[in-house]
Amino acid sequence: MDNFIVGVVVFPGSNCDRDVSWALEGCLDIRTKYLWHESSDLSDVDAIVLPGGFSYGDYLRCGAIARFSPLINALDEFVKSGKRVLGICNGFQILTESGFLPGALVANKNLNFICDDVELDIVSSKGGWFNIGEEKQTIKLPIAHGEGRYHCDSDTLKKLVDNELISLRYKNNPNGSSFDIAGITNEKGNVLGLMPHPERACDKTIGGTDGLFTLKSLILK
Amino acid sequence: MDQFAVKVFVRLRPSVLDPAGEATKSASIKLGAEGIKSLRIGKMIEVKIEGNGESEVREKIDLLCDRLFANTVIEDYEYALEKL
Repeated sequence: MDNFIVGVVVFPGSNCDRDVSWALEGCLDIRTKYLWHESSDLSDVDAIVLPGGFSYGDYLRCGAIARFSPLINALDEFVKSGKRVLGICNGFQILTESGFLPGALVANKNLNFICDDVELDIVSSKGGWFNIGEEKQTIKLPIAHGEGRYHCDSDTLKKLVDNELISLRYKNNPNGSSFDIAGITNEKGNVLGLMPHPERACDKTIGGTDGLFTLKSLILK
Repeated sequence: MDQFAVKVFVRLRPSVLDPAGEATKSASIKLGAEGIKSLRIGKMIEVKIEGNGESEVREKIDLLCDRLFANTVIEDYEYALEKL
């Protein structure tokens, strides 16, 4: 993994960028590089993580302003080339706002900011982001969001189901998401967006290691 | 150049649950207001903009609404335009 570099995007208001970098570097020995949102040069990174936080203060809608950053503009080419992009929480919101993933994330049904560990069923391993081959098809990851209710129209939902684009579903839906959706991929499988935080579940001492597989899969070709 | 004042209204689509609206409706009833059948919360954005005539300005506002002010996956928009 010496030459593989994961770019961790930093927007004004990102607050999980260092956690992601810590999990990749400290737990998985994968090199990372912070990418300021105004940079559009992605030539020296092999995969990208859009971390959680409150980019641009969540003004207008979560992820709505971040979508117009030079980096997100450059992401189109990056995704088309087949390289991997992982959007976590606010990163997922940015991926839906910018059209890389369908649907939208809206305010939790109960209006609360929910900070909890949740059990998730791995529904699809499209793109190799989750380990579905073995016995354990349920994982536990932390969530921390106020606007994580996944919403899409019925045609989109059918397309997600038919094409196995739903990666994760909540066992006990905490936020009112359509079809209990917690994470989805694009059709090619190289873009994953999810509300739970795998980077916060990479070390036994902080409560679990179920996030390791997803972060490790960033290095898949 | 003509100047226009535009009021853009952005609303959650009817099919999207509005929990903030529901909570406000519940508080309205606690306040003693009777007869509230539905209450939904949207946004109003005021823009002052100049351009060569109304149709050019409408084009700009349409672009802004469609690409930025509203997320059409979950929201509808409409606007009222007044020449200054």
